[in-house]
Parts: sequence; structure tokens; C-alpha cells
Amino acid sequence: MPDTLTPVLTDNWGDDRAWTLASYAARGGYSALDKAFAMDPDAIIAAVKDSGLRGRGGAGFPTGMKWGFIPQDNPKPKYLVVNADESEPGTCKDIPLMMASPHTLVEGVIISSYAIRANKAFIYIRGEVLHVIRRVQNAVREAYDAGHLGKNIHGSGYDLDVVVHAGAGAYICGEETALLEGLEGRRGQPRLRPPFPAVAGLYASPTVINNVESIASVPSIIGNGASWFSSMGTEKSKGYGIFSLSGHVKKPGQYEAPLGITLRTLIDLAGGMREGHELKFWTPGGSSTPILTAEHLDVPLDFEGVGAAGSMLGTRALQIFDDTTCVVRAVLRWTEFYKHESCGKCTPCREGTWWLVQTLAALEKGQGSEADLDLLLDQCDNILGRSFCALADGAVSPISSSIQYFRDEYVAHLTHGGCPFDHTASTLFAAEGANA
Amino acid sequence: MAIDDKTKSELREIAARYPEARSGLLPMLHLVQSVEGRVTSEGIELCAEILGITAAEVSGVATFYTMYKRRPVGDYHVGVCTNTLCAVMGGDAIFERLKGHLDVGNDETTEDGKITLEHVECNAACDYAPVVMVNWEFMDNQTPESATQLVDDLRAGKEVQSTRGPKICTWREAERVLAGFPDGRADDGPAAGPASLVGLEIAREQGWTAPEANNA
Repeated sequence: MPDTLTPVLTDNWGDDRAWTLASYAARGGYSALDKAFAMDPDAIIAAVKDSGLRGRGGAGFPTGMKWGFIPQDNPKPKYLVVNADESEPGTCKDIPLMMASPHTLVEGVIISSYAIRANKAFIYIRGEVLHVIRRVQNAVREAYDAGHLGKNIHGSGYDLDVVVHAGAGAYICGEETALLEGLEGRRGQPRLRPPFPAVAGLYASPTVINNVESIASVPSIIGNGASWFSSMGTEKSKGYGIFSLSGHVKKPGQYEAPLGITLRTLIDLAGGMREGHELKFWTPGGSSTPILTAEHLDVPLDFEGVGAAGSMLGTRALQIFDDTTCVVRAVLRWTEFYKHESCGKCTPCREGTWWLVQTLAALEKGQGSEADLDLLLDQCDNILGRSFCALADGAVSPISSSIQYFRDEYVAHLTHGGCPFDHTASTLFAAEGANA
Repeated sequence: MAIDDKTKSELREIAARYPEARSGLLPMLHLVQSVEGRVTSEGIELCAEILGITAAEVSGVATFYTMYKRRPVGDYHVGVCTNTLCAVMGGDAIFERLKGHLDVGNDETTEDGKITLEHVECNAACDYAPVVMVNWEFMDNQTPESATQLVDDLRAGKEVQSTRGPKICTWREAERVLAGFPDGRADDGPAAGPASLVGLEIAREQGWTAPEANNA
């Protein structure tokens, strides 16, 4: 039985100048690379498959299987694209990873590119994180200077170039085909699939797109072995992952643990809820995953467990809200976000998110009648599963799940003629009276 | 203002990083903003010319992404996260306070040209909520008071340090880094802020580790 917390990716974050090559190399960094070069690329794909690593960007697709879909008989160049567009509300793991230890990502990029036989890789980082972009740019430059990138890496005969690409503000570019559009210099609107990126991705060439944490996990899998990785986690959700706690807990932050840990354990580690308050609702994996409540404290946080509880593991972005928080206000704000970020390509999402905001905003102000809740659910019905990509599915998640668990609170807005909550009470500075 | 030859050659340099030149468009527009203070018509036409596409195609891209601004941006772009978690934790109160204090609305610039205020979406720092970004550097765990002090310091030209990064540079300087031209400040600031390390610290105290590697 592994320990409660298992720092792997976060293990060096407290080191002096952890972001530098010198610091990373001092604790064995880039040694997995030589091990990888001694292996056949297919053996690396097999090891990642055997490890059970599933995509850490939210969807949980098996990473090794994704790599195996690359048609190696296709004469076009192969590309690796790292999705570092971390923007899902609540998600805050890839950004600190790239800030503290960008070389973990770069080493993962090299091994992964070698496995899929790509000679060019791109790291697409959202533009709104300047210092993270500096750190990754710097790590790539250091890796070139040390001979970890460029021609004939470590004398292996393998060549790889890496481009660090800054985005420009668009949540939708976290969707992998929209990201490719952005990387091709276009408006970030999702593409129709098939063809899938593995067959026709960047420049219509075979392309693997993986999340930062997925790629950063690869050096540890190659370095320590697939069975080491799969000795952590649960039956179908192997390995460790970073769990990001935010909101009304005493010690919000990053907790790296085997998949399957519960929120009860995590809240305990985080020192409990804010003094004098109780857990009301939480997201298991970002705002696109249906909210859960205190009755779900013992749900194993793995893909299957959270799925069985009616939500999704997503990005393990645990946003914790206590009893001072108005769920209607929270959901309205998320809905406004989805409306703002809808790319406009397809009608159910472009028009639907607009209507959701209209209906919800009125309810939040206490206008309308209880029948509007059914109208809202009807609107959700007409959006879920009918849109081009998953953005709109995400948009309806907080609405339908909050009505499921907190219908009375919506009704209370109507009977109260507006929001019955004191929003000041839920702020960080409420206790200090800083906003009085 | 005419875009000079150095900038033109840097725009071409960006395009040359990619197997297909058009991939350079997003960083090229960042460079245009660093030189022009916004995306100008001249910048759009220049990008179009270099990439061999139409100005309409470049405009279509420039209007899609929220970081591209068509109106002049102040020296300091102050972004207050008002997505749900930060809003609940105090982001709404911070944004209201700053609007009143600076006497500007959303996406507006103070008369002295120093501060552009905008509410922003989730910036991936939820464990530091409520979060304010200045020129896309993190200012963690803000209150209405600290945020007011922050903008006062910026307007007064005082040195302001990101809570997890370097001294705040100007918006134009930041845009140049985003275009892929490093400013040599990567080594400033800590590896991680306090919230990033809480789990690691508990693991150290408890002696918890990942299992030993089980292969040779």
C-alpha cells in the first residue's frame, strides 16, 4: 500500500533553484533519457501502455494507446504537441509544475517525441502566465545548450527541436483540435473528427497532443518502470496525480497522491474546512465536471469512482465551497464564463450558453417562477451532446447538477426576491473584517 | 508610428520558427502589441504581407483571442480574476473596489495611461485565490486593500514584485517575451509559492514518499 501522499512530479519543487538544469540534473534529471534511447521506440510506447497512464488533462484516455494510433507508415512528419493551455476553472497544477520544474516537462517531451518518432515538438502555453513562459523558454534553451535537444541527442542519432508557443487568451484552445488551429495561426475553433489528430493533426500530419502532467509523468515511468507506476492508484486508474485544492479549506494547494484518494482525506490534510463552516459543494475536476456535495466525501477520486458518483475526475481541480457560498451565484458565474468562451462555431453552444445566462441571471435576481427551472433544464437538454465539442457539455454540468442537489436554493431566490446570501461572508478576508 | 525594420525582421524570424509560417501569427501579434501598444492596422497588414494571407484573415485571428487589444493598453494591465472561485473568495469585491478607486470600467484605461483594468477568467492559480494578474504576472492572495495599494504603487512608479516572479515589467515588455524573445528574468522569483508546496511539506513531515523503483 503506497503512502497517502506520493510526491513524484512535485518532489523537487522545494529545491533551491529547482527550475534550473543544474538543480534538475543534480537529482538525476535527464537520466531517464539515456534509458529511453537504449530502448526501441515501440518498447517505450509499450511501457507507457503497461503503466496504465491515462491522460491527465481531464479526459483520461490511455496515453500509450494514443501514441499507438500514430500511423508509422505515414510518410509525413510526426509531431508532438503539449497542451499547456491550462484554463479549466479550478485547474492549477500544470502552471506550478512548469514554473518549478520545467525540465521534467522537457525531458518528458524528448522521450515522448522519440517514442512516436517526432523530430519537432511544440509546447503550447496559454499566454496569460508570463513567468511560466519564461521558465519553459529558459529550460528549452538550457536543454539545447546541454545537448539534450537538437541534433544527435546524447549520440543517439535522434534529432529533436522544440518550439515554445504562447497562446493569446482562449479557453477553447484547451480543446485539442482548437489548440491545433491556434498553433496554425487561426481562430481557435474545434475541428470535425474524424480524422483524429493521430492521423491528421498539425499540418494534417500525424500528431499526438498530451497534457503537461501526462508528458511530465513519462520520465518517471521510463526511469522507474511501468510496474512501479501501476503499483500506485486503483485497478483502472493507475499512478499518482496532482490534486489541487482551492477555496474554503485552511491550506489550499497542491497534493500529489495515488489516484483513488478521497476528498475526506485531502480536506484532513488541508487542515479542514474554514473555522466554523461546513463543506457545501465541490467540483472534482474543474467547473465542467458536475458538482458534488458532502455526501460524496468518501468517493475514491479515480476515473471510475467519480464517474459512478455522477461526475468526472477531470483535472482533479477540487474547488471547495462552504456553507456561506450561494450555489446559484457560483453556477451563474461559471455559465457566464462558458458563454464568454464559446467559440461561436456551432449553434447549440453559441446560442445556448447565451440563453442559459439569461435564464439563470433572472433566477439569481429572484425574477420568474419555479417553471423557469424546468426551462433551464430543457435548455440544458438541447445543448448536452448536441454541440461540436465538449465545451457546451461542460457548460450544462454545473447547472443540472446544482439543480439536482440544491433545487430549494434556487426556489429560495424566488421567494426571497433575490439572493439570500451575504457574499462578503464567503470571502477570504471576511474574518478579518478587511472589507467591512 | 511606422514599424521599423528591426521589428519587421523579428516578425519574419518568428514565422521562420515553424514548419509553416502562418503558425507564427499568434506570437507575431504579441510582438506587434509590444511595439505598438495594441494591434494596429499597420501591424495587421504587415503580418498579412509577411505570411502571404489577407489582412481580413489576420483580423479574424486578432479579434478571436482576448489578449489582443485594439485600443491602447496602459503600462500595467491589471486583471482581476472574477471566475467563480476567485469571485467568491473576494475577486468581485476587489474588482468593484478597483473600478471605484481608479474611476474606470472594465477594459478601460486610467487617464494617465498607466493602468488598464479588466476582469479576467481563471488564470490557473486557484490555490492562491483571490488572484490579480499584473501584465500576466501573479499577484496572489489579494484583498481590496492590497490591490488598491498595488495599483497606487504601480501608478507612482514604485518597484512592484510579483508574489511568484520578478519585478513587474511594462505590458509592452511582457508582450515581447510572449512573442518568444526572452528578457533574462527567468531566474527571478521562487521555484514555487507556499500553496504549491503544502502537500510536499506534509509528505516530508510524515516521511511519505513514492515507492522505491522496482527495476534495475
